[in-house]
Amino acid sequence: MLHQLKGRFGAPVAMAIVGLVGIWLVVMVVLPQWQMIAYSFHPNLLPAEIGGPKDHWSLTNYATLFDNRIHLAIFFKTLWSSVLVTGLTLLVSYPIAYYLAKVATPGQAALCLLLLVIPFWINEILRTFSWFILLAFRGPLNELLLALGLIDRPIRFLSGDGGVLVGMVYAYILFMVFPLYNAIESLDGNQIRAARDLGAGSVRTHWRVVIPHAKPGIATGCIMTFMLAAGSYAVPALLGSPGSRWFTQIIYNWFFEGGDWNQGAAYAFLLLVLCIGFMSLVMRLFKVGLADIAR
Amino acid sequence: MSAERFRDWGLRFYLGIFFVYLFLPLVIMGAATFNDSRFPTVTPWRGTTLKWFEALWADGGMWDALGNSLLVALGVLCLAVPIGVASALFLTTVESRAKPFVYGLILSPLLTPGVIIGISTLIFWRQFDVAGGTLLTVLGQTTFIAAYVMLMVMARLQRFDRTLERAALDLGASPWQAFRRVLLPFLKPAILSAAVIAFLQSFENYNTSLFVVGYDTTLTVYIASKVRTGLTPAVNALGLILILITIGLAVIYELKRRRESRLAAR
Repeated sequence: MLHQLKGRFGAPVAMAIVGLVGIWLVVMVVLPQWQMIAYSFHPNLLPAEIGGPKDHWSLTNYATLFDNRIHLAIFFKTLWSSVLVTGLTLLVSYPIAYYLAKVATPGQAALCLLLLVIPFWINEILRTFSWFILLAFRGPLNELLLALGLIDRPIRFLSGDGGVLVGMVYAYILFMVFPLYNAIESLDGNQIRAARDLGAGSVRTHWRVVIPHAKPGIATGCIMTFMLAAGSYAVPALLGSPGSRWFTQIIYNWFFEGGDWNQGAAYAFLLLVLCIGFMSLVMRLFKVGLADIAR
Repeated sequence: MSAERFRDWGLRFYLGIFFVYLFLPLVIMGAATFNDSRFPTVTPWRGTTLKWFEALWADGGMWDALGNSLLVALGVLCLAVPIGVASALFLTTVESRAKPFVYGLILSPLLTPGVIIGISTLIFWRQFDVAGGTLLTVLGQTTFIAAYVMLMVMARLQRFDRTLERAALDLGASPWQAFRRVLLPFLKPAILSAAVIAFLQSFENYNTSLFVVGYDTTLTVYIASKVRTGLTPAVNALGLILILITIGLAVIYELKRRRESRLAAR
Protein backbone atom coordinates (compact mmCIF):
# COMPACT_ATOMS: atom_id res chain seq x y z
CA MET A 1 0.00 0.00 0.00
CA LEU A 2 2.62 2.47 1.14
CA HIS A 3 5.13 1.34 -1.48
CA GLN A 4 2.65 1.99 -4.31
CA LEU A 5 2.29 5.54 -3.03
CA LYS A 6 6.05 5.90 -2.50
CA GLY A 7 6.77 4.64 -6.00
CA ARG A 8 4.50 7.25 -7.51
CA PHE A 9 5.00 10.32 -5.32
CA GLY A 10 8.21 9.75 -3.34
CA ALA A 11 8.43 9.14 0.40
CA PRO A 12 7.53 12.61 1.80
CA VAL A 13 4.30 13.03 -0.22
CA ALA A 14 3.35 9.38 0.38
CA MET A 15 3.74 9.88 4.14
CA ALA A 16 1.67 13.06 4.01
CA ILE A 17 -1.12 11.27 2.08
CA VAL A 18 -1.24 8.33 4.48
CA GLY A 19 -1.04 10.69 7.46
CA LEU A 20 -3.90 12.93 6.31
CA VAL A 21 -6.21 10.09 5.25
CA GLY A 22 -5.35 8.16 8.42
CA ILE A 23 -6.01 11.06 10.79
CA TRP A 24 -9.27 11.88 9.04
CA LEU A 25 -10.64 8.36 9.05
CA VAL A 26 -9.44 7.41 12.53
CA VAL A 27 -9.81 10.62 14.54
CA MET A 28 -12.79 12.17 12.76
CA VAL A 29 -14.81 9.28 11.36
CA VAL A 30 -14.24 5.97 13.17
CA LEU A 31 -13.35 6.87 16.76
CA PRO A 32 -16.07 9.53 17.28
CA GLN A 33 -18.66 7.14 15.84
CA TRP A 34 -17.39 4.34 18.08
CA GLN A 35 -17.38 6.64 21.12
CA MET A 36 -21.00 7.60 20.43
CA ILE A 37 -22.02 3.94 20.28
CA ALA A 38 -20.06 3.12 23.46
CA TYR A 39 -21.71 6.08 25.22
CA SER A 40 -25.13 4.83 24.24
CA PHE A 41 -24.52 1.50 25.99
CA HIS A 42 -23.42 3.10 29.27
CA PRO A 43 -25.54 4.71 31.99
CA ASN A 44 -25.32 8.43 32.68
CA LEU A 45 -23.04 8.77 35.71
CA LEU A 46 -21.60 11.51 37.88
CA PRO A 47 -17.88 12.17 37.20
CA ALA A 48 -16.98 10.49 40.52
CA GLU A 49 -18.76 7.27 39.56
CA ILE A 50 -16.90 6.78 36.28
CA GLY A 51 -14.75 3.65 36.48
CA GLY A 52 -16.73 2.52 39.54
CA PRO A 53 -19.07 -0.47 39.92
CA LYS A 54 -21.96 1.25 38.11
CA ASP A 55 -19.81 1.93 35.03
CA HIS A 56 -20.66 -1.08 32.89
CA TRP A 57 -22.26 -1.90 29.53
CA SER A 58 -26.06 -1.88 29.62
CA LEU A 59 -29.15 -1.56 27.46
CA THR A 60 -31.04 0.80 29.77
CA ASN A 61 -30.80 3.76 27.37
CA TYR A 62 -32.52 1.72 24.68
CA ALA A 63 -35.14 0.47 27.11
CA THR A 64 -36.03 4.12 27.80
CA LEU A 65 -37.20 4.59 24.22
CA PHE A 66 -39.30 1.44 24.20
CA ASP A 67 -40.89 2.38 27.54
CA ASN A 68 -41.70 5.89 26.42
CA ARG A 69 -44.80 5.82 24.24
CA ILE A 70 -44.49 9.42 23.10
CA HIS A 71 -40.87 9.04 22.01
CA LEU A 72 -41.64 5.76 20.29
CA ALA A 73 -44.55 7.34 18.43
CA ILE A 74 -42.31 10.23 17.33
CA PHE A 75 -39.67 7.76 16.15
CA PHE A 76 -42.16 5.97 13.92
CA LYS A 77 -43.74 9.21 12.76
CA THR A 78 -40.28 10.40 11.71
CA LEU A 79 -39.78 7.15 9.81
CA TRP A 80 -43.12 7.24 7.95
CA SER A 81 -43.01 10.94 7.26
CA SER A 82 -39.50 10.66 5.84
CA VAL A 83 -40.66 7.83 3.57
CA LEU A 84 -43.61 10.00 2.52
CA VAL A 85 -41.35 13.01 1.86
CA THR A 86 -39.03 10.77 -0.21
CA GLY A 87 -41.92 9.39 -2.26
CA LEU A 88 -43.50 12.81 -2.86
CA THR A 89 -40.16 14.29 -3.84
CA LEU A 90 -39.56 11.48 -6.33
CA LEU A 91 -43.01 12.00 -7.90
CA VAL A 92 -42.54 15.76 -8.25
CA SER A 93 -38.95 15.51 -9.51
CA TYR A 94 -39.24 12.77 -12.12
CA PRO A 95 -41.06 14.80 -14.82
CA ILE A 96 -38.64 17.73 -14.30
CA ALA A 97 -35.58 15.50 -14.61
CA TYR A 98 -37.04 13.76 -17.67
CA TYR A 99 -37.90 17.03 -19.37
CA LEU A 100 -34.44 18.49 -18.76
CA ALA A 101 -32.62 15.34 -19.85
CA LYS A 102 -34.62 14.27 -22.89
CA VAL A 103 -37.19 16.84 -24.09
CA ALA A 104 -35.52 20.25 -23.67
CA THR A 105 -33.00 21.54 -26.21
CA PRO A 106 -29.42 21.79 -24.83
CA GLY A 107 -29.80 25.57 -24.49
CA GLN A 108 -33.07 25.32 -22.55
CA ALA A 109 -31.64 22.59 -20.34
CA ALA A 110 -28.55 24.68 -19.55
CA LEU A 111 -30.70 27.65 -18.53
CA CYS A 112 -33.05 25.51 -16.41
CA LEU A 113 -30.12 23.81 -14.68
CA LEU A 114 -28.65 27.19 -13.79
CA LEU A 115 -32.03 28.24 -12.36
CA LEU A 116 -32.12 25.00 -10.35
CA VAL A 117 -28.58 25.43 -9.02
CA ILE A 118 -29.37 28.82 -7.47
CA PRO A 119 -31.91 27.72 -4.83
CA PHE A 120 -29.73 24.66 -4.26
CA TRP A 121 -27.01 26.97 -2.96
CA ILE A 122 -29.32 29.03 -0.78
CA ASN A 123 -29.16 28.12 2.85
CA GLU A 124 -31.58 25.44 4.11
CA ILE A 125 -32.56 27.74 6.98
CA LEU A 126 -33.48 30.57 4.61
CA ARG A 127 -35.45 28.28 2.29
CA THR A 128 -37.37 26.99 5.28
CA PHE A 129 -37.83 30.48 6.69
CA SER A 130 -39.40 31.60 3.40
CA TRP A 131 -42.11 28.96 3.87
CA PHE A 132 -42.58 30.11 7.45
CA ILE A 133 -43.58 33.52 6.08
CA LEU A 134 -45.68 32.09 3.26
CA LEU A 135 -47.65 29.79 5.58
CA ALA A 136 -48.08 32.22 8.50
CA PHE A 137 -51.57 32.59 10.01
CA ARG A 138 -51.97 36.06 8.51
CA GLY A 139 -49.53 35.33 5.70
CA PRO A 140 -49.83 35.63 1.91
CA LEU A 141 -51.18 32.13 1.26
CA ASN A 142 -54.06 32.53 3.70
CA GLU A 143 -54.81 36.02 2.33
CA LEU A 144 -54.86 34.65 -1.23
CA LEU A 145 -57.19 31.79 -0.34
CA LEU A 146 -59.46 34.20 1.54
CA ALA A 147 -59.52 36.65 -1.36
CA LEU A 148 -60.40 33.85 -3.77
CA GLY A 149 -63.21 32.84 -1.43
CA LEU A 150 -61.87 29.29 -1.09
CA ILE A 151 -61.81 29.49 2.72
CA ASP A 152 -63.81 31.51 5.26
CA ARG A 153 -61.14 31.96 7.90
CA PRO A 154 -57.35 31.55 7.89
CA ILE A 155 -55.91 28.03 8.28
CA ARG A 156 -53.21 27.27 10.86
CA PHE A 157 -50.73 25.65 8.46
CA LEU A 158 -47.94 25.74 11.03
CA SER A 159 -49.55 23.52 13.63
CA GLY A 160 -49.36 19.86 12.75
CA ASP A 161 -47.18 17.93 10.35
CA GLY A 162 -48.47 19.36 7.05
CA GLY A 163 -46.22 22.41 7.06
CA VAL A 164 -43.22 20.24 7.98
CA LEU A 165 -43.83 17.86 5.06
CA VAL A 166 -44.27 20.69 2.55
CA GLY A 167 -41.15 22.41 3.85
CA MET A 168 -39.11 19.22 3.60
CA VAL A 169 -40.13 18.46 0.03
CA TYR A 170 -39.14 22.03 -0.82
CA ALA A 171 -35.84 21.90 1.07
CA TYR A 172 -34.60 18.58 -0.30
CA ILE A 173 -36.11 18.36 -3.79
CA LEU A 174 -32.91 19.31 -5.58
CA PHE A 175 -31.08 16.37 -4.00
CA MET A 176 -33.55 14.25 -5.97
CA VAL A 177 -33.66 16.22 -9.23
CA PHE A 178 -29.90 16.21 -9.88
CA PRO A 179 -29.19 12.46 -9.47
CA LEU A 180 -32.32 11.68 -11.55
CA TYR A 181 -31.26 14.10 -14.26
CA ASN A 182 -27.73 12.67 -14.40
CA ALA A 183 -29.07 9.12 -14.69
CA ILE A 184 -31.72 9.84 -17.37
CA GLU A 185 -29.34 12.05 -19.33
CA SER A 186 -27.02 9.10 -20.04
CA LEU A 187 -29.86 7.11 -21.66
CA ASP A 188 -29.57 6.90 -25.44
CA GLY A 189 -32.57 8.72 -26.95
CA ASN A 190 -32.76 6.03 -29.68
CA GLN A 191 -33.91 3.53 -27.06
CA ILE A 192 -36.92 5.71 -26.27
CA ARG A 193 -37.69 6.15 -29.98
CA ALA A 194 -37.29 2.42 -30.59
CA ALA A 195 -39.76 1.64 -27.80
CA ARG A 196 -42.26 4.12 -29.34
CA ASP A 197 -41.81 2.70 -32.83
CA LEU A 198 -42.40 -0.79 -31.54
CA GLY A 199 -45.75 0.40 -30.20
CA ALA A 200 -45.09 1.08 -26.52
CA GLY A 201 -47.20 3.86 -25.03
CA SER A 202 -45.84 6.65 -22.88
CA VAL A 203 -46.35 4.86 -19.55
CA ARG A 204 -44.88 1.62 -20.85
CA THR A 205 -41.82 3.38 -22.29
CA HIS A 206 -41.10 4.98 -18.93
CA TRP A 207 -41.75 1.82 -16.98
CA ARG A 208 -39.73 -0.53 -19.18
CA VAL A 209 -37.00 1.73 -20.62
CA VAL A 210 -36.40 5.02 -18.79
CA ILE A 211 -36.96 3.94 -15.17
CA PRO A 212 -34.81 0.78 -15.33
CA HIS A 213 -32.01 2.87 -16.81
CA ALA A 214 -32.44 5.58 -14.15
CA LYS A 215 -32.29 3.13 -11.22
CA PRO A 216 -28.94 4.29 -9.79
CA GLY A 217 -30.18 7.89 -9.90
CA ILE A 218 -33.49 7.02 -8.27
CA ALA A 219 -31.67 5.08 -5.55
CA THR A 220 -29.21 7.91 -4.88
CA GLY A 221 -31.95 10.53 -4.78
CA CYS A 222 -34.13 8.46 -2.43
CA ILE A 223 -31.24 7.67 -0.07
CA MET A 224 -30.12 11.31 0.14
CA THR A 225 -33.66 12.65 0.55
CA PHE A 226 -34.56 10.13 3.24
CA MET A 227 -31.34 10.77 5.13
CA LEU A 228 -31.84 14.53 5.00
CA ALA A 229 -35.51 14.30 6.00
CA ALA A 230 -35.02 11.88 8.90
CA GLY A 231 -32.00 13.88 10.11
CA SER A 232 -33.60 17.30 9.62
CA TYR A 233 -33.68 19.64 12.57
CA ALA A 234 -34.27 23.02 10.95
CA VAL A 235 -37.52 22.25 9.10
CA PRO A 236 -39.51 20.82 12.04
CA ALA A 237 -38.03 23.44 14.38
CA LEU A 238 -39.16 26.30 12.13
CA LEU A 239 -42.35 24.96 10.55
CA GLY A 240 -43.57 22.58 13.26
CA SER A 241 -45.32 23.13 16.55
CA PRO A 242 -44.71 21.48 19.93
CA GLY A 243 -47.30 18.89 18.90
CA SER A 244 -45.40 17.86 15.78
CA ARG A 245 -41.93 17.16 17.09
CA TRP A 246 -39.33 15.30 15.06
CA PHE A 247 -36.99 12.61 16.43
CA THR A 248 -33.96 14.91 16.03
CA GLN A 249 -35.60 17.40 18.38
CA ILE A 250 -35.93 14.72 21.07
CA ILE A 251 -32.23 13.91 20.62
CA TYR A 252 -31.32 17.58 20.91
CA ASN A 253 -33.34 17.89 24.11
CA TRP A 254 -31.50 14.95 25.71
CA PHE A 255 -28.22 16.75 25.07
CA PHE A 256 -29.02 20.35 25.89
CA GLU A 257 -32.05 20.24 28.18
CA GLY A 258 -32.08 16.79 29.78
CA GLY A 259 -28.29 16.82 30.14
CA ASP A 260 -28.17 13.05 29.60
CA TRP A 261 -25.66 12.53 26.79
CA ASN A 262 -25.70 8.75 27.09
CA GLN A 263 -29.43 8.71 26.51
CA GLY A 264 -29.03 11.15 23.62
CA ALA A 265 -26.31 8.97 22.10
CA ALA A 266 -28.64 5.94 22.17
CA TYR A 267 -31.36 7.88 20.34
CA ALA A 268 -28.82 9.22 17.84
CA PHE A 269 -27.53 5.71 17.17
CA LEU A 270 -31.09 4.52 16.48
CA LEU A 271 -31.51 7.34 13.97
CA LEU A 272 -28.28 6.25 12.29
CA VAL A 273 -29.45 2.62 12.20
CA LEU A 274 -32.72 3.80 10.64
CA CYS A 275 -30.85 5.60 7.86
CA ILE A 276 -28.48 2.69 7.24
CA GLY A 277 -31.46 0.32 7.17
CA PHE A 278 -33.27 2.44 4.59
CA MET A 279 -30.11 2.72 2.50
CA SER A 280 -29.49 -1.04 2.48
CA LEU A 281 -33.12 -1.68 1.59
CA VAL A 282 -33.04 0.75 -1.35
CA MET A 283 -29.68 -0.58 -2.57
CA ARG A 284 -31.01 -4.12 -2.49
CA LEU A 285 -34.35 -3.22 -4.15
CA PHE A 286 -32.64 -1.36 -6.97
CA LYS A 287 -29.64 -3.68 -7.10
CA VAL A 288 -27.10 -0.86 -7.00
CA GLY A 289 -23.75 -0.64 -5.20
CA LEU A 290 -21.98 2.09 -3.26
CA ALA A 291 -19.93 3.05 -6.34
CA ASP A 292 -23.13 3.92 -8.27
CA ILE A 293 -24.29 6.19 -5.48
CA ALA A 294 -21.10 8.23 -5.25
CA ARG A 295 -21.12 9.17 -8.93
CA MET B 1 -51.79 18.85 -32.35
CA SER B 2 -50.21 15.42 -31.99
CA ALA B 3 -50.17 13.55 -28.70
CA GLU B 4 -46.45 14.09 -28.42
CA ARG B 5 -46.70 17.88 -28.83
CA PHE B 6 -49.52 17.90 -26.31
CA ARG B 7 -47.40 15.98 -23.81
CA ASP B 8 -44.43 18.31 -24.32
CA TRP B 9 -46.61 21.34 -23.64
CA GLY B 10 -47.91 19.64 -20.51
CA LEU B 11 -44.34 19.06 -19.34
CA ARG B 12 -43.43 22.69 -20.06
CA PHE B 13 -46.44 23.93 -18.12
CA TYR B 14 -45.44 21.68 -15.22
CA LEU B 15 -41.88 23.02 -15.39
CA GLY B 16 -43.21 26.60 -15.25
CA ILE B 17 -45.24 25.83 -12.13
CA PHE B 18 -42.21 24.11 -10.64
CA PHE B 19 -40.04 27.21 -11.05
CA VAL B 20 -42.75 29.41 -9.54
CA TYR B 21 -42.84 26.97 -6.60
CA LEU B 22 -39.05 27.15 -6.34
CA PHE B 23 -38.70 30.94 -6.42
CA LEU B 24 -41.93 32.50 -5.18
CA PRO B 25 -41.31 31.76 -1.46
CA LEU B 26 -37.85 33.33 -1.73
CA VAL B 27 -39.23 36.40 -3.52
CA ILE B 28 -41.91 36.86 -0.86
CA MET B 29 -39.32 36.52 1.89
CA GLY B 30 -37.16 39.16 0.22
CA ALA B 31 -40.11 41.50 -0.34
CA ALA B 32 -41.10 41.30 3.34
CA THR B 33 -37.81 43.07 4.18
CA PHE B 34 -39.20 46.32 2.78
CA ASN B 35 -42.55 46.17 4.59
CA ASP B 36 -42.91 48.60 7.49
CA SER B 37 -44.38 45.96 9.81
CA ARG B 38 -42.92 44.53 13.00
CA PHE B 39 -43.63 40.96 11.95
CA PRO B 40 -42.16 39.89 8.59
CA THR B 41 -45.00 39.54 6.08
CA VAL B 42 -46.22 41.07 2.82
CA THR B 43 -49.89 41.15 3.81
CA PRO B 44 -50.95 43.77 4.73
CA TRP B 45 -48.43 46.16 3.17
CA ARG B 46 -47.87 48.95 5.70
CA GLY B 47 -45.58 51.11 3.58
CA THR B 48 -42.12 50.72 2.14
CA THR B 49 -39.11 51.16 4.39
CA LEU B 50 -35.39 50.47 4.54
CA LYS B 51 -35.25 50.61 8.34
CA TRP B 52 -34.76 46.82 8.72
CA PHE B 53 -31.41 47.08 6.96
CA GLU B 54 -30.39 49.68 9.56
CA ALA B 55 -31.63 47.41 12.35
CA LEU B 56 -29.55 44.56 10.91
CA TRP B 57 -26.46 46.78 10.61
CA ALA B 58 -26.80 47.73 14.30
CA ASP B 59 -27.15 44.09 15.43
CA GLY B 60 -23.90 43.20 17.22
CA GLY B 61 -24.86 39.53 17.62
CA MET B 62 -25.17 39.19 13.85
CA TRP B 63 -21.65 40.57 13.27
CA ASP B 64 -20.17 38.22 15.90
CA ALA B 65 -21.92 35.25 14.28
CA LEU B 66 -20.72 36.34 10.84
CA GLY B 67 -17.16 36.55 12.15
CA ASN B 68 -17.41 33.05 13.64
CA SER B 69 -18.85 31.64 10.41
CA LEU B 70 -15.99 33.08 8.36
CA LEU B 71 -13.41 31.79 10.84
CA VAL B 72 -14.94 28.30 10.81
CA ALA B 73 -15.16 28.27 7.00
CA LEU B 74 -11.48 29.25 6.78
CA GLY B 75 -10.51 26.49 9.20
CA VAL B 76 -12.56 23.92 7.26
CA LEU B 77 -10.92 25.05 4.03
CA CYS B 78 -7.42 24.53 5.50
CA LEU B 79 -8.26 21.01 6.72
CA ALA B 80 -10.80 19.62 4.25
CA VAL B 81 -8.98 20.52 1.02
CA PRO B 82 -5.65 18.78 1.86
CA ILE B 83 -7.51 15.77 3.31
CA GLY B 84 -9.82 15.51 0.31
CA VAL B 85 -6.96 15.78 -2.19
CA ALA B 86 -4.90 13.20 -0.25
CA SER B 87 -7.83 10.74 -0.21
CA ALA B 88 -8.39 11.12 -3.94
CA LEU B 89 -4.67 10.48 -4.61
CA PHE B 90 -4.78 7.52 -2.23
CA LEU B 91 -7.80 5.93 -3.92
CA THR B 92 -6.46 6.38 -7.46
CA THR B 93 -2.96 5.06 -6.63
CA VAL B 94 -3.40 2.18 -4.22
CA GLU B 95 -4.58 -1.20 -5.50
CA SER B 96 -5.37 -3.53 -2.63
CA ARG B 97 -8.08 -5.80 -1.34
CA ALA B 98 -8.77 -3.34 1.48
CA LYS B 99 -9.64 -0.59 -1.02
CA PRO B 100 -13.43 -1.10 -1.19
CA PHE B 101 -13.53 -0.97 2.60
CA VAL B 102 -11.51 2.27 2.74
CA TYR B 103 -13.68 3.69 -0.03
CA GLY B 104 -16.85 2.91 1.95
CA LEU B 105 -15.34 4.48 5.05
CA ILE B 106 -14.43 7.64 3.12
CA LEU B 107 -17.97 7.93 1.71
CA SER B 108 -19.73 7.15 5.01
CA PRO B 109 -19.79 10.77 6.31
CA LEU B 110 -21.81 11.75 3.22
CA LEU B 111 -24.49 9.18 4.02
CA THR B 112 -24.65 9.99 7.75
CA PRO B 113 -27.15 12.62 8.94
CA GLY B 114 -25.39 15.87 9.86
CA VAL B 115 -26.77 15.82 13.42
CA ILE B 116 -25.07 12.45 14.04
CA ILE B 117 -21.70 13.82 12.90
CA GLY B 118 -22.14 16.76 15.26
CA ILE B 119 -23.13 14.50 18.17
CA SER B 120 -20.25 12.03 17.72
CA THR B 121 -17.74 14.89 17.45
CA LEU B 122 -19.11 16.48 20.62
CA ILE B 123 -18.97 13.20 22.57
CA PHE B 124 -15.52 12.19 21.30
CA TRP B 125 -13.77 15.42 22.30
CA ARG B 126 -15.38 15.53 25.73
CA GLN B 127 -12.79 13.04 27.05
CA PHE B 128 -10.05 15.56 26.12
CA ASP B 129 -12.02 18.35 27.82
CA VAL B 130 -12.73 20.14 24.55
CA ALA B 131 -16.21 21.67 24.76
CA GLY B 132 -18.37 22.88 21.87
CA GLY B 133 -16.96 25.95 20.12
CA THR B 134 -15.17 27.11 17.01
CA LEU B 135 -12.59 24.29 17.10
CA LEU B 136 -15.17 21.50 17.29
CA THR B 137 -17.30 23.16 14.62
CA VAL B 138 -14.30 23.10 12.28
CA LEU B 139 -13.56 19.44 13.09
CA GLY B 140 -17.18 18.32 12.79
CA GLN B 141 -17.75 20.07 9.45
CA THR B 142 -14.41 18.85 8.05
CA THR B 143 -15.49 15.26 8.69
CA PHE B 144 -17.97 15.33 5.82
CA ILE B 145 -16.81 18.30 3.72
CA ALA B 146 -13.49 16.48 3.10
CA ALA B 147 -15.51 13.72 1.42
CA TYR B 148 -17.09 16.25 -0.99
CA VAL B 149 -13.64 17.58 -1.84
CA MET B 150 -12.47 14.00 -2.44
CA LEU B 151 -15.31 13.35 -4.93
CA MET B 152 -14.64 16.53 -6.90
CA VAL B 153 -10.86 15.99 -7.11
CA MET B 154 -11.34 12.31 -7.90
CA ALA B 155 -13.57 13.16 -10.89
CA ARG B 156 -10.70 15.10 -12.46
CA LEU B 157 -7.98 12.64 -11.41
CA GLN B 158 -9.72 9.87 -13.34
CA ARG B 159 -9.13 11.83 -16.54
CA PHE B 160 -5.41 12.22 -15.82
CA ASP B 161 -3.07 10.64 -18.35
CA ARG B 162 -0.44 8.86 -16.29
CA THR B 163 2.00 8.65 -19.21
CA LEU B 164 2.66 12.37 -18.59
CA GLU B 165 3.90 11.50 -15.13
CA ARG B 166 6.04 8.64 -16.47
CA ALA B 167 7.48 10.91 -19.15
CA ALA B 168 8.53 13.39 -16.46
CA LEU B 169 10.21 10.61 -14.47
CA ASP B 170 11.97 9.26 -17.59
CA LEU B 171 13.29 12.73 -18.35
CA GLY B 172 14.97 12.78 -14.97
CA ALA B 173 12.41 14.47 -12.70
CA SER B 174 12.21 13.25 -9.10
CA PRO B 175 8.81 11.90 -7.94
CA TRP B 176 8.35 15.13 -5.98
CA GLN B 177 9.05 17.25 -9.09
CA ALA B 178 6.64 15.17 -11.16
CA PHE B 179 3.99 15.62 -8.48
CA ARG B 180 4.64 19.34 -8.07
CA ARG B 181 5.09 20.22 -11.77
CA VAL B 182 2.77 17.78 -13.58
CA LEU B 183 0.00 16.40 -11.36
CA LEU B 184 -0.75 19.41 -9.13
CA PRO B 185 -1.10 21.88 -12.04
CA PHE B 186 -3.48 19.42 -13.71
CA LEU B 187 -5.56 19.18 -10.52
CA LYS B 188 -5.54 22.92 -9.81
CA PRO B 189 -8.97 23.78 -11.32
CA ALA B 190 -10.65 20.93 -9.43
CA ILE B 191 -8.94 21.92 -6.18
CA LEU B 192 -10.06 25.53 -6.58
CA SER B 193 -13.70 24.55 -7.28
CA ALA B 194 -13.60 22.14 -4.35
CA ALA B 195 -12.30 24.96 -2.14
CA VAL B 196 -15.22 27.21 -3.17
CA ILE B 197 -17.73 24.42 -2.50
CA ALA B 198 -16.09 23.58 0.84
CA PHE B 199 -16.29 27.21 1.92
CA LEU B 200 -19.99 27.49 0.98
CA GLN B 201 -20.84 24.14 2.57
CA SER B 202 -19.22 25.25 5.79
CA PHE B 203 -20.80 28.69 5.76
CA GLU B 204 -24.29 27.27 5.24
CA ASN B 205 -24.04 24.28 7.55
CA TYR B 206 -26.66 24.00 10.25
CA ASN B 207 -27.25 20.38 11.32
CA THR B 208 -23.70 19.52 12.36
CA SER B 209 -22.92 22.95 13.76
CA LEU B 210 -26.05 22.97 15.92
CA PHE B 211 -24.51 20.41 18.28
CA VAL B 212 -20.91 21.63 18.37
CA VAL B 213 -21.00 25.46 18.25
CA GLY B 214 -21.18 25.95 22.02
CA TYR B 215 -21.28 29.73 22.57
CA ASP B 216 -19.46 30.50 19.30
CA THR B 217 -22.72 30.79 17.34
CA THR B 218 -22.35 30.71 13.55
CA LEU B 219 -24.53 32.80 11.26
CA THR B 220 -26.89 29.96 10.26
CA VAL B 221 -27.43 28.95 13.88
CA TYR B 222 -27.98 32.63 14.70
CA ILE B 223 -30.63 33.02 12.00
CA ALA B 224 -32.50 29.92 13.18
CA SER B 225 -32.53 31.10 16.80
CA LYS B 226 -33.72 34.56 15.68
CA VAL B 227 -36.63 33.05 13.75
CA ARG B 228 -37.83 31.33 16.89
CA THR B 229 -37.16 34.12 19.39
CA GLY B 230 -37.01 37.75 18.40
CA LEU B 231 -38.19 37.55 14.81
CA THR B 232 -38.27 40.90 12.99
CA PRO B 233 -37.89 41.71 9.28
CA ALA B 234 -34.18 42.31 10.05
CA VAL B 235 -33.87 38.52 9.61
CA ASN B 236 -35.35 38.95 6.12
CA ALA B 237 -32.86 41.70 5.37
CA LEU B 238 -30.03 39.32 6.28
CA GLY B 239 -31.66 36.54 4.23
CA LEU B 240 -32.06 38.82 1.23
CA ILE B 241 -28.40 39.90 1.35
CA LEU B 242 -27.21 36.28 1.67
CA ILE B 243 -29.46 35.17 -1.20
CA LEU B 244 -28.16 37.94 -3.48
CA ILE B 245 -24.55 37.02 -2.65
CA THR B 246 -25.31 33.34 -3.25
CA ILE B 247 -26.94 34.05 -6.62
CA GLY B 248 -23.93 36.11 -7.66
CA LEU B 249 -21.48 33.38 -6.63
CA ALA B 250 -23.57 30.59 -8.18
CA VAL B 251 -23.76 32.40 -11.52
CA ILE B 252 -20.02 33.17 -11.58
CA TYR B 253 -19.13 29.62 -10.56
CA GLU B 254 -21.47 28.03 -13.08
CA LEU B 255 -20.33 30.23 -15.97
CA LYS B 256 -16.70 29.49 -15.14
CA ARG B 257 -17.34 25.75 -14.90
CA ARG B 258 -19.09 25.75 -18.27
CA ARG B 259 -16.30 27.63 -19.96
CA GLU B 260 -13.85 25.08 -18.59
CA SER B 261 -15.88 22.08 -19.72
CA ARG B 262 -16.19 23.66 -23.19
CA LEU B 263 -12.41 24.09 -23.29
CA ALA B 264 -11.91 20.52 -22.09
CA ALA B 265 -14.29 19.19 -24.76
CA ARG B 266 -12.28 20.72 -27.57
